[in-house]
Amino acid sequence: MRPAFSVLFLTTLIGAGQGLLVALVAGQWYFVIGAGPAAESGRFYALGVVAALAFLGLGLFASFFHLAKPQRAWRTISQWRTSWLSREVILLPAVVGLAMIYGGVHFLEWKPVLLTFTNQKSLDLSMALGFLVAGAALLLFVATGMIYACVRFMPQWSSAWTVVNYTLTGLSSGFIAATAFATWAKSPLAGFFAAAALVLTLTALVGKAVHLWRNGRIKPTSSMRTAIGVNHRNIRQMTQGFMGHSFNTREFFHPGSPEAVKGVVALGLAFGFAIPAGLVVAAWVVGEWQIAVAAVAIQYAGLLAERWAFFAQGHHVQNLYYQTRG
Amino acid sequence: MNDKQYALVIDLNVCVGCHACVTSCKEWNTSGFAGPLPDTNPYGAEPSGVFFNRVQTFECGTFPATETIHFPKSCLHCEEPPCVPVCPTGASYKREADGIVLVDTDKCVGCKYCSWSCPYGVREFDEVMGVMKKCTLCVDRIYDLSLPPERRKPACVLACPSGARIFGDIKDPTSAASVAIFESSGYQLMPEWGTSPSNHYLPRRKAKILLHEDELVRADNALKIEADLAKPAFSAPSIDDMSSW
Ligand code: SF4
Ligand code: SF4
Ligand code: SF4
Repeated sequence: MRPAFSVLFLTTLIGAGQGLLVALVAGQWYFVIGAGPAAESGRFYALGVVAALAFLGLGLFASFFHLAKPQRAWRTISQWRTSWLSREVILLPAVVGLAMIYGGVHFLEWKPVLLTFTNQKSLDLSMALGFLVAGAALLLFVATGMIYACVRFMPQWSSAWTVVNYTLTGLSSGFIAATAFATWAKSPLAGFFAAAALVLTLTALVGKAVHLWRNGRIKPTSSMRTAIGVNHRNIRQMTQGFMGHSFNTREFFHPGSPEAVKGVVALGLAFGFAIPAGLVVAAWVVGEWQIAVAAVAIQYAGLLAERWAFFAQGHHVQNLYYQTRG
Repeated sequence: MNDKQYALVIDLNVCVGCHACVTSCKEWNTSGFAGPLPDTNPYGAEPSGVFFNRVQTFECGTFPATETIHFPKSCLHCEEPPCVPVCPTGASYKREADGIVLVDTDKCVGCKYCSWSCPYGVREFDEVMGVMKKCTLCVDRIYDLSLPPERRKPACVLACPSGARIFGDIKDPTSAASVAIFESSGYQLMPEWGTSPSNHYLPRRKAKILLHEDELVRADNALKIEADLAKPAFSAPSIDDMSSW
């Protein structure tokens, strides 16, 4: 499959944005349940939400380059009953909108108590909105992952691991961004974010490894025999019907050699997960925000490689029909 | 499930790989309902273009026992089209009335997602217009009342010089398409995906006749008398009511 850069940027950027939102909400909740020593100011959350909105906005911007007719993008919300792509298109602005309200409420320090529980804890407006934001962000992870996981004809994608990985990678990059933000702001949440980022990044690494292992053991469902319906063990394509190119030879193939793809997979694992995990620990111990920002930047480059490889490693069933130019 | 399902039946035993269906399809459709079908760089080193129909060639077996199969391929108008539900805009749809799968080029955003959900690689994106295109089963020919009834068929069917393409309603057991599927063991491509393609293919059929020596040498004139047989009487019954008179 040809890795489209618009999609690589879209999925990595919104993943980080959603992850950052989930991190902020988790941070707020961490204080509410009384685990933290002090509370954070409303401005801290508001600024964090602005950073998350920047990620989401850039992702949204990149997504428009994927549509040949962006002026018709509004039509894509119509088929939410059947299409995960449509569901993603609905959830993305929903997350953005909810995050704006969440950030605004924090900025204004508007915290009317909505519910008081028997244990004297209470749920205020900002926390309730936070749960909505985090829920929508998690649903968006599922929608994005399902766009790929529901393509039955791409055996490397059509697995629950695709959804798991999109979610874990997004959360990992979001929590690392939150670590950088909190360390820079000298927030008491820095330690919590760093610990969560470490756990999530290592879990994401394991999830990715399991997915790669699974993909190495796929048995093809279709063969030349079923593709053209001739019951013969030795079938070769003499010509695909044209000597140049077509949409089908461009969209479903990529120019990289198998070795190059393996190299990019390794780069993705190292820069996307292993090195950032180490840097997060370093930032946590040393307390320098520059280290955490370096982790964000290195991980972003690594995740672009990881996503590139995810596409390049997808072998579509239709490729059976496009094997020989001539 | 549709009550009516138009489809093509392609006879691999007859196709000679001349690409007449490819060119006639392009010629008709580029100025038709789903047109244009633009080409980019058509005379350069890397030509590319949109086609609704391609003829591929496969070789089976090991030399010298090989067999060449010409294999025309266009949208199969699946009865369970996986390309339709994934479309976010509803531009891809399957018609209730006749089961034809179409793209509404006024609604398509060009996300190409439907093409990922077609295992047969028959949807082709038009880079110039920025929308997805595919075989329309010549929906603008088959209902055209200004054409004489025998010409209300897809362009590729009319162009095929060997008559390898049959058009018809596969839900009507008396249609030429259904009869061909039934009588010549028509099959579907990649049935394992449950897409239930409407287009069917007729397999290669070996036409062999076994002759014995005694069938080549005349054995029924045992007395070797080479003469006209005696004429029977006029009123005598003849074998076929014809001979001898
Ligand atoms: S052949 Fe492909 S494009 Fe045509 S209906 Fe079936 S899945 Fe859709
Ligand atoms: S039915 Fe029409 S559109 Fe489809 S392959 Fe034949 S000529 Fe082309
Ligand atoms: S025109 Fe007929 S014989 Fe020629 S390639 Fe097409 S189907 Fe085969």
